[in-house]
Amino acid sequence: MAAVTEAPPLAPAPETKPPRKRGRLVPYWLLLPGILWLIVFFALPMIYQASTSVQTGSLEEGYKVTWHFATYWDALSEYWPQFLRSVAYAAAATVLCLLLGYPLAYLIAFRAGRWRNLIMVLVIAPFFTSFLIRTLAWKTILADSGPVVSTLHTLHVLDVTNWLGWTSGDRVLATPLAVVCGLTYNFLPFMILPLYTSLERIDGRLHEAAGDLYAKPWTTFRKVTFPLSMPGVVSGTLLTFIPAAGDYVNAELLGSTDTRMIGNVIQTQFLRILDYPTAAALSFILMAAILLMVTIYIRKSGTEDLV
Amino acid sequence: MTTEHSGDVRLSGISKTYGSFTAVHPLDLTVPQGSFFALLGASGCGKTTTLRMIAGLEEPSGGTVHLGEQEVTHLPPYKRPVNTVFQSYALFPHLDIFENVAFGLRRRGIKSVKKQVEEMLELVQLGEQARKKPHQLSGGQQQRVAVARALINTPKVLLLDEPLGALDLKLRRQMQLELKRIQTEVGITFIHVTHDQEEAMTMADTVAVMNAGRVEQLGSPTDLYENPDTTFVANFLGTSNLIEAEVDTKNGDDIVLKAGGGKLVLPEARCSAPTTTGGKVLVGVRPEKISLTHADEAGEIAEGRNRITGRIADSSFIGVSTQYVIDSPVCPEFEVYAQNIDRDARLVPGAEVVLHWNPAHTFGLDAAQDIDAGVAEVEEDAA
Repeated sequence: MAAVTEAPPLAPAPETKPPRKRGRLVPYWLLLPGILWLIVFFALPMIYQASTSVQTGSLEEGYKVTWHFATYWDALSEYWPQFLRSVAYAAAATVLCLLLGYPLAYLIAFRAGRWRNLIMVLVIAPFFTSFLIRTLAWKTILADSGPVVSTLHTLHVLDVTNWLGWTSGDRVLATPLAVVCGLTYNFLPFMILPLYTSLERIDGRLHEAAGDLYAKPWTTFRKVTFPLSMPGVVSGTLLTFIPAAGDYVNAELLGSTDTRMIGNVIQTQFLRILDYPTAAALSFILMAAILLMVTIYIRKSGTEDLV
Repeated sequence: MTTEHSGDVRLSGISKTYGSFTAVHPLDLTVPQGSFFALLGASGCGKTTTLRMIAGLEEPSGGTVHLGEQEVTHLPPYKRPVNTVFQSYALFPHLDIFENVAFGLRRRGIKSVKKQVEEMLELVQLGEQARKKPHQLSGGQQQRVAVARALINTPKVLLLDEPLGALDLKLRRQMQLELKRIQTEVGITFIHVTHDQEEAMTMADTVAVMNAGRVEQLGSPTDLYENPDTTFVANFLGTSNLIEAEVDTKNGDDIVLKAGGGKLVLPEARCSAPTTTGGKVLVGVRPEKISLTHADEAGEIAEGRNRITGRIADSSFIGVSTQYVIDSPVCPEFEVYAQNIDRDARLVPGAEVVLHWNPAHTFGLDAAQDIDAGVAEVEEDAA
């Protein structure tokens, strides 16, 4: 650069060069706040937790890094039922969200007309109150003497769910069903929004074209609409499954000791038993398991092929 | 293909209203089997709505649609033996070209589609592209896929909704000939919706000119061009010079008219308006039918030709012809297209000239119409 500024005959060149150099750095300056944020609030805690997970010691004597990887094995062998339960509950909630959310997203995208915005607001409305309050409300809804339980009882639905092991006795509260209902309710908007976005992008003329080419409405849905909404299905299921698998609030408030999920175990280990290495190891196992499942899922669904 | 009229498309009193707006006024139309039929009109004239009612994508407010003997008025599109080439092609983005073309066959439960699809892709010259996705093809190729996807079902009628609108001019010309070739080859009835009068005239056997939800005139391209019935058709199809005139006398098969002090002759057979002596008539003549002669040589013009005097206001040389705008007492902007065979160097703006033409090229229209109908629409679409 110094050589350029020393060449006076080509007057315009030195004038245009320096701004271009400064311009080249702009992307990095723009990235800086985000990167700093990630380092301080993501990378550093991760490293700290990773080191905690391989420490041994006690609260009184303090912890030391001893590369004690056996903590991972011990944690897994003790808490694998809770891991499996988390995956099962999260999967059930995700499927329920998809079954409930898809028709609604379809309605908003194609049929709602002038009601579209209102329904969208209603979908997002629960976010205006706290997650905790909303989950506590479900305690009232599912209360033993409440109308929901008595209706289900009268309709003999409880007999079926009892037989399936989803409920026990005449209760819904403190059963797997209650926890799955809570998860479904709390994560439903995360399913609806991406589904709506991808459905809304589908050109309505494709439906007309399919009908014109002898596809009945249901075939049009199976062969055109659903395949084109796959990006929304994939991101919706991920946005529901991942947080649901790590959730502990629903199991805590709506479940019992028999419905403890891995999130509850981690929370107890961290905050009550104060066994930090086990808690950290469990967190990493959960993270690895979710990453693995998500990778397989994305590969299988083949959405990278879609426009 | 079987009996003579088994595949005619018959629209009887078909109409469409949206609230208080009438998109299509009750309309009767018969499209003979095997013909290439064009619905021509400016945007918003109801031509696409008419097409969509044939396809079943729009429910008519009244009237019936028949395909041959079968009434299809209330059948959903998937039950009609009709296929559409959509304006934006509407190709399925998640399916490759082969599957796009095979879509209709598969929906009808045909298992072995390979041979048929390959033949169809050959017909539209896309055999090589079978495994590509629509977005990997150019506009012209996508257009051909859309045609193939519809044609493979050998529908009774193929509906084309402005299929060439998104293509550039050169490709459009090429595709016009291509579509015409395909139509001749497969012998299926084509109903083509377009706002491009040149496109309609080059491709179609029969053209229906639509305006404000009504068919203004129906006929062969030559017929519409040479004998327009209304000022809208006269102005929308090509350019017409329209002169207000008064009926003077009748002379055998001809009518003699007075216009701006001169006399013009019009064959009675070519006048679509009532002609009573003293009544008003609009006299029309196409710009290319007119010859220009410099005023100094007016004496050399043959007897019996219609003549008008004027002054050249503007001229533009466009290669094959020169287009003149003539200022004359009967018509302020008279257009004349002269072939560049023997150019008279004196014919420059400001020159006094005589315009003359064979009276057989004159047509007469009802004077109770808007003389400029159809002019503005053409400009709108060009913009």
